[in-house]
Amino acid sequence: MKRRLLLLIPLLLFLALGVFLYQGLALDPSARDSALLAREFPRFELSTLEDPERQVDESLLKGEVTLVNVWGEWCPTCKQEMPQLLALEERGVRLVGVDYKDTRAKGMEFLEEFGNPFEVNIFDPEGTLGFELGVYGAPETFLVDADGIIRYHHTGYIRPEDVEETIVPEVERWRNE
Amino acid sequence: MAQRMIRALLALCCLLLAGSVLAAIEVREFEEPVLKERYESLNSALRCPKCENQAIGDSDSPIAGDMRERVYQLLQDGRSDREIQDYMIDRFGDYVLYNPRLSGRTWLLWGLPAGLVVLGAVIIGLLVRARRRSANRSLSPEERERINALINRERTE
Repeated sequence: MKRRLLLLIPLLLFLALGVFLYQGLALDPSARDSALLAREFPRFELSTLEDPERQVDESLLKGEVTLVNVWGEWCPTCKQEMPQLLALEERGVRLVGVDYKDTRAKGMEFLEEFGNPFEVNIFDPEGTLGFELGVYGAPETFLVDADGIIRYHHTGYIRPEDVEETIVPEVERWRNE
Repeated sequence: MAQRMIRALLALCCLLLAGSVLAAIEVREFEEPVLKERYESLNSALRCPKCENQAIGDSDSPIAGDMRERVYQLLQDGRSDREIQDYMIDRFGDYVLYNPRLSGRTWLLWGLPAGLVVLGAVIIGLLVRARRRSANRSLSPEERERINALINRERTE
């Protein structure tokens, strides 16, 4: 009898594997971790959107926990996301924007129309900084700690509930580290 | 009816053609044919991060175009295939390789099929051995006596 039960082992293993793979079907393939987590924010040297004369580099992000949001005027989801970013700014989060693959005129127009929660915007017309960040669309959001290390990555749209549920707790967590 | 079907088929064909027209991929110049070959093989080995199941060589998405451009530049700089793959993994993660490498994160992926085959072989081996053993088991003296008695009874009857 005991021996008979042993025959069930392959079936059980198969079922376990089936459940494991079935769960995989429900996963969102775009919700994968950024390759940059726990690494330094990539080096860059670009002008700001607001002032073409002003050059900034990665040292801009040091000294304070900062949320870096990659956006573009051409990106409809970015427009929907702005109220959430404005709310985060009101909560005292420091935001820096990356105007990705955009023109200066359109970028400025976007900020006028949808509000500007950003302390400053890095102008990245060729998408070079975006490439270093592994950005493949917009919006994408990176949380950078006071030492300039990327600590959290949010692909795509920040929903209104994400503000209190994920983003603010992450900011606070890395402020206290 | 037939005419409608033909029209629908034609429309379908047009749709199929449209895809290949859209996928206009830039022409690049290479000094050495080897570089061109490597460029093409990298383009089909790297996966577009935006489009989930297309190689960067097949995709029209802007990021795939940027990646092809970068592959081209890195090839011109004399980087090896391995270095170019590392460069992309550094930015876009293991996801960009269609053929993921064996690493701490992917050992299960590579090891599971082989592990299951070995496990299956072990189970079959154990079953076969158990069956052989029970077949070869010699009879105890009591059993032998009983069998002999039964055979003899049959003969005498």
